[in-house]
Formats: sequence, C-alpha cells, structure tokens
Amino acid sequence: MYSYTDFDAAFVAERNRQFRAQVERRIAGNLTEDEFKPLRLMNGLYLQLHAYMLRVAIPYGTLNGAQMDTLALLAEKWDKGYGHFTTRQNIQYNWPELRDIPDMLDALAEVQMHAIQTSGNTIRNVTADHFAGATADEVADPRPVAELLRQWSTDHPEFQFLPRKFKIAVTGAEQDRAVIKAHDIGIQVVEKDGKIGYRVLVGGGLGRTPMIGKEIASFVPQQELLPYVEAVVSVWNLLGRRDNKYKARIKITVHEHGIEDIRARVDARFEETRKAFDGTDLAIFDEIKAQFAAPAFRNAPEDDFTAAYDADPVFRAWADSNLSAHKAPGYAIAQISLKAHGATPGDATAEQMRVMAQLARDFGHDELRITHEQNVVLPHVHKSDLPQVHKILKAHGLATANIGKISDIIACPGMDYCALATARSIPIAQEIATRFDELKIENDIGELKIKISGCINACGHHHVGHIGILGLDRAGVENYQITLGGDATETAAIGERTGPGFPAEGVVPAIERIVETYMKERTSPEETFLQTFRRTGMAPFKTALYGEEAGKKARAA
Amino acid sequence: MPKAFTPKVVTANALLEGDVIYLGADDTWVRDLADAEIITDEAIAQMRLLDAQSRASEAVGVYLADMAPTDSGPEPTHFREAFRATGPSNYSHGKQERA
Ligand code: SF4
Repeated sequence: MYSYTDFDAAFVAERNRQFRAQVERRIAGNLTEDEFKPLRLMNGLYLQLHAYMLRVAIPYGTLNGAQMDTLALLAEKWDKGYGHFTTRQNIQYNWPELRDIPDMLDALAEVQMHAIQTSGNTIRNVTADHFAGATADEVADPRPVAELLRQWSTDHPEFQFLPRKFKIAVTGAEQDRAVIKAHDIGIQVVEKDGKIGYRVLVGGGLGRTPMIGKEIASFVPQQELLPYVEAVVSVWNLLGRRDNKYKARIKITVHEHGIEDIRARVDARFEETRKAFDGTDLAIFDEIKAQFAAPAFRNAPEDDFTAAYDADPVFRAWADSNLSAHKAPGYAIAQISLKAHGATPGDATAEQMRVMAQLARDFGHDELRITHEQNVVLPHVHKSDLPQVHKILKAHGLATANIGKISDIIACPGMDYCALATARSIPIAQEIATRFDELKIENDIGELKIKISGCINACGHHHVGHIGILGLDRAGVENYQITLGGDATETAAIGERTGPGFPAEGVVPAIERIVETYMKERTSPEETFLQTFRRTGMAPFKTALYGEEAGKKARAA
Repeated sequence: MPKAFTPKVVTANALLEGDVIYLGADDTWVRDLADAEIITDEAIAQMRLLDAQSRASEAVGVYLADMAPTDSGPEPTHFREAFRATGPSNYSHGKQERA
C-alpha cells in the first residue's frame, strides 16, 4: 500500500507543529478569528452548528488496520465515540474541542494520516474507484495515476490561483464507481492495441449548476497524460470566469465555449506543455506503481463459502447484495454497510471501526476502503473466510445486507450539523430506511439509489440519485424537492424534478408512491427502477404524486 | 408604518468548545437559550451585538437571532435556531444531552 515519502512525513509534522502554535495563539487572544479561520480550514477544522468539526483525509479512500484503529481512538478519546464517513471519502468528527485538535493531528500523523485539506482555488485531492486494485472489471489500478496527479498538482506554481477549486477523479474500470462524469476532470484508464492510455472527460460537476462531463479525448497515451491535463487546466485558467464565483468552474467554461472549442484550445496548448516534460514523471510513476502492488493472494478451496451459502439464508442474502467480483480467483470484494435501517448513514462507532480494522488484518491483507456511498470495503477477502467475516460483522451490527438497495442511502450531515444547510437530511434517510424495512419489500424493489443533500451544494449527490432529495428552506419550513432518473455511473444523468416539493412529513409517503408506481410499471422484476424510469418517463410518477392532471400534462410535454 | 422589530438574542459559538452560546443580561455568556437576554429594541440590539463581537477570545461568529418572547424565555422563530438550541436530531448529543 502507498506510504508517505520522508518528505511528506516531514511536511505533515511541520504543519502540525505550526498549527499547534496557531491554536495556542488563538486561545491566548493573539490571533483574531479572521486571522485564524483560514489557518484552521487549511488544517481541516470547521466550525459547525453545535461544535467544531475535524475532517480527516483518506486519500483514495484507502487505509490499513492501524489507521482505522487510530480513527477509532480519535472518536473515543476526543469525540463522542463515533465518526461520520462522507461522500468525499473522508471521516468527520462532529464534537472535538479546539484545545484537543493538535493532539488529534499528532495521533493521526503517527499512522501517516492528516487533516490537511488542499483548500482554496487549487487542484484538490484526487479521488479514485473504491474497488481499485481489486475489481475484476479493471484495466489497471487507477490509484498510481491518481497519486501521480496529486504529486504533480501539489504546489504546482501555475495552479495556485485558479479561477475556482478543481477536482479530478480516476477509474480503471468501464463500470464507473468514482462518479468521474461529475468531476472537473474525469479520467478512465483504457487499453488500445495492448497499450495503456486514458480517456479524459471534462466539465462535470454537481452543486448549483449540475453538469455531466464531456469527453475531450478518447485516448491519451500514458506518457502524455500530465502534459495533457496541464493543458486542460491551463486553458481553463485563462478562460475561466473570475468575475462570478458561480460561473467560475470549468463546467461553465465548457458549457459557454462548447467542447469543440475547448478541445481545439487544449490541443494547441498541449503542443507547448508536452515539450516541458522530460520523462522524469515516468520514472516517478513506476516507483508509485510499485507501492500499489497487489497483495500476495492465496490459492485455497472455496468449499466453506459454498457450504455457508447453501445452508444459511442470512449469509446468502448478505453475499448476494454485499459482495462483488474480484480479479483474483477465489477472492471477493466485501462491502460493509454503514446503513443499518434507521441508523445515520455513514456513521461508525469506535468499536465498529476496531472490528473492521481487525477483520482487515485477519482476513483482508490489511486493507480497507471508504466508498463515496458512505460504506466500508474489505477489498481482498478469500471466499473461504467470508462466513467467518460475516459472523463477526453480524455480532457488531455491521452485516446489513442492503448494498445498492433503497435503504443504502447517501445523506449529507444536513442541518443536524452543517452550518450551510437549508434543511435536515439525516432524519429523512432514517425514516425512509425504517419504512421500507417494515414493508419488507426492499429485495423485491432491487437496485435503487436514494441520495439526499441538505442544501444546493449537493454534498449528498442528490442530482445523480435514482431518487434525489434536496432539502430547502421554504419560508422558514423544511421542504424537500424530489428528482428522478439521476445516475452516477458511466451512464450518468442529472435527475429531473418531479414538481413542487414536499414538507418533511410528506417525503416518505411520496417515496412510497414513487416506488409503488415503479413496481406497477416495470415489465419484470429484472427491470430496475432506472430502466423503468427511462422507458416511461416522468408521467406515471407525476400522476402518482400530484394526480391525473399533472400526469397528463407531463405526457403531453 | 415601519415594520415591527422582531425581538433578538445575541448568539455565537464558544471559542474553546464550539458550543452554542447566548449573551445574558449580565453580559456573561450563557449556554441555555432560556437564560439569554431578549432584546426588543433595534438600537440596543445593535449595541449589544457590537459589544459582543469585540469579545473575540470568547466567542466566534457573533450574530443576532430572531426570537419570540414567551413566559419560559426566548423561543426560536426559525428551525435553524431551534436545532442550535437543542442539538442534532439523530443522537441525543449537544445541549439536549446536558439538559
Ligand atoms: S449539501 Fe449542504 S447541508 Fe449538506 S453537507 Fe453539503 S453544504 Fe452541508
């Protein structure tokens, strides 16, 4: 697994030392909040509704057992015994006190972790598929190239004052789990004539003006990726609107100029940038790749798995919904759901974190992943170990068999914690999950992704939920807009609004009506919600939600 | 006729704990909304706000929040202030935990 270079470690230690002094000066009254705020934000410390919040980075969502143990330690020692995993593959602590932050950061540094957020208008942490290096459908592990991009962009002199922040995501598989079409740049590792290269998308993003990324290059050879990405960022750096924060992201630049125009400019710029790369980056890339080498997989019979699968219906249900195909024979990728029905999506207690850390050590080559869907992954488990893994998970409330189902809901912290929120998200998620668990139709419904945001910033990815829910403040009352047909994968789409929003107590009934409509309209149980929606369009759902008249209008439109 | 002034409390987050605090009539910071001073005069509200903002080593993000006066003290007119006064709805943490 990737480990820091000495340079990185020294950098983090120095930053922690500086921040400790800054906290002391703030407490002593020698720094004003205006002076301190940018410093604390750089170190991942936010002030939320009820308390401070510390956001800890988990690069590529990849961590080992010792790191997870430290996350548990922080939760127990300096917080209220739990942590919240987010859609940015981070963990957030909701209750730390200012005085304790430097100690928390030092504890993190001991396991090579930090809370440094590349904040400001720079290139942010590069994200990658959470099944990277494990999934059967992968051309190559996307993390080495993500790490190469991180090293290239960190402190890049030309890109410290970009028009706005810039986010890059990388996937190595055709099936997109990294939501690359909703990033400023999305990169897909592809293979052509036996050679590795990259398909590059540009101009995606959620938030106030959601856009789906467009392909700017179908194949950029391996050795040309950095100069090519540099050309893209540099074209935007010149063209990007600095006059209006809401129009500054590259998605607006691409939208205003058109993808052809941007492509032509990038190609012209690329002629320049490629000359500046002398191949050192290729040597670095090889070193990075070595660090992400796959663990030594073992060869063993799978009889124990088969026996448990045949004998135990609870295990079978879990295996059917929470396992994915691994590239190594006899192995599986196991997802641990942090979405027990009625619980807060993405929350794990310190005890649960320790259990997951121990499972990784005992059965998972000491690796864990955090998904943007707020679950945890054991990326490499031999199938024969799965019955035992499941038994341990079950004993700790971690064996919910609902990955990809209606109760596997993404929800941002919303107004229960977030200072920017316009409404709550968490209770809505809890109520939906509880209701559909009572109805016992979750498995019958099949794949259905609900995503909830507590404001237009869209941290809960509501635009790309099959059902998206956006919490708003309508004249001092929480009100929820529902969208249908969003999709976060390689067939990405922005959801379409059903119509007027619903009050908090109207959301669960509305979701029920939507689901009933789907089950009535689907041609067979195999047709997923999204497929049905794409076939029928909005009309039957509008009728179910707002009555016959609204449905007719939707049909005529 | 000028619009009637909505009564206010001065509120912020405590520098050390981050906890929600309110300004009491005796100029101390109080943790419980019921103990906050409710201000019904606009000019006084502005003065109290400026005073409070100058206490930068105690409080962060000082502002005036709308309240309705009741027999049991100020009551939030907006749900955001109601959450600040009690805590999150998914766990009994924050102020409700100590109540
Ligand atoms: S979407 Fe809004 S409410 Fe939710 S976490 Fe992001 S900023 Fe906060």
